[in-house]
Amino acid sequence: MAQQTLIPFGPQHPVLPEPIQLRLVLEDEIVVSAIPIIGYIHRGLEKLVEQKDFQQNPFLLERICGICSFIHSMNYCQGIEKLMGLEVSPRAKYLRVFWSELNRLHSHLLWVGLLADSFGYENLFMWAWRAREKVQDLAEFTSGGRVMYGTCSVGGVRRDLSPDQVRHVLSEMDQLKDQLDKLVPAILNDYTVQQRLVGVGAISREVAFERGGVGPIARATGIRYDHRTTGYAAYGDLQFEPIVETAGDCYARTQVRMRELYQSIDLIKQVFSKLPEGPLQVPVKGNPDGETVTRVEQPRGEVLYYFKANGTKNLDRLRVRTPTFANAAALLAMLPGCELADVPVIVLSIDPCISCTER
Amino acid sequence: MSMEIENCVPVTSDQLLEQVAARKPMGYRFVTMSCVDVGGAFDILYHFDKDYALSNLRMRIEDGQSVPSISSIYFAAALVENEIKDLFGLSFTGLALDYEGRFMLSEGAPTAPMRKTPMPGVTTTPPERKEIVWPNKH
Repeated sequence: MAQQTLIPFGPQHPVLPEPIQLRLVLEDEIVVSAIPIIGYIHRGLEKLVEQKDFQQNPFLLERICGICSFIHSMNYCQGIEKLMGLEVSPRAKYLRVFWSELNRLHSHLLWVGLLADSFGYENLFMWAWRAREKVQDLAEFTSGGRVMYGTCSVGGVRRDLSPDQVRHVLSEMDQLKDQLDKLVPAILNDYTVQQRLVGVGAISREVAFERGGVGPIARATGIRYDHRTTGYAAYGDLQFEPIVETAGDCYARTQVRMRELYQSIDLIKQVFSKLPEGPLQVPVKGNPDGETVTRVEQPRGEVLYYFKANGTKNLDRLRVRTPTFANAAALLAMLPGCELADVPVIVLSIDPCISCTER
Repeated sequence: MSMEIENCVPVTSDQLLEQVAARKPMGYRFVTMSCVDVGGAFDILYHFDKDYALSNLRMRIEDGQSVPSISSIYFAAALVENEIKDLFGLSFTGLALDYEGRFMLSEGAPTAPMRKTPMPGVTTTPPERKEIVWPNKH
């Protein structure tokens, strides 16, 4: 038997934008096992939620993640609205879909840039982040913030889009699609990219399911699971199909995310072709009471919020389970058997968000 | 009337493993666990998903009572159980991966910070910092 070596991968590592450590046990160049060590950026946000007014929490919960910020606040608002029996206006629901899909575009473009960077493809990194810049400009144009939108509140949304703004967003979407038409084939057809991704970090459908994998990790193995199909917000009125691949490797995960970029552009166009008129907010009276669970689909997968309210303005408990936490167990199944040089690519292929994981 | 979670079954710690093991062959995906401090006791909720519908188990645990780990059935639960162990100060038996209370929290962090009332020995003051002695300080 070859001698075993333990390598601490992280918490500070060139490919990791956030701190996480993986203790890798190696035999020669091959990974035998991996254990994740987290806790470098635990902020105690779940505890802070208990001390804030339930109306203040959407803005706090946005700060769980700098990428899927709007979706966090939307999931929270949906939970409180369920507890209080509020029915949000159709216009607010459509606008929520718009900002959610903007989050998804932002997340996937950021991720593909980081992935390209992880195997030294700097040019692709800059192309992807140039496209991402357009998405962030749109976020600022429609919400006022490039990262924190602050547009979702209990009972609806806080900002409206004028017809001029809608026209601008749609023309930007066309330009973004043109950019993607150049970018996506460059990623998926490139010899180097295929050499680094095809067959790397593959897991089967059964393993992904058993480990509780969600989002693109599950869909890349053939599991047809996308929580948007349950029709929350206005997704029930829009036409789309979950994007599924079957290979289960890093390349399949890239394919899923790249096709989701086009899907998001299409969903945003559908939103503005059907955007109904109406109020943005419904009046919120009283305090939430009882228990409920809400789930929505983030760029990285399904996020779950558990609420326990007691009829006062403060919640008794809010539990957040983010997709990276679910995918971490799947990551541990991808690493054994891979080469040390592939570890950065495999880690990035789950799109790890450590701030989300630790909250 | 306050709202309750749909499809939630109460279980005792003796029935838990049997109930969880029965769900796996039925095609349930383990989603997560939630721990709630209800004052002197804890509610642990186990969330499972099948075809977009949640199936929940609710277990009441007295303070000091140890919790049977379901990580031998669903490995993914080991990470959540370690988080609950750190943040609520509960003990688990049969953990597939045990971080010994150092999963989320580092040395010098408060003990069981998510409890409503702090545990004995809780300290929120950071550990004392050693003074740095610069070699060429004049």
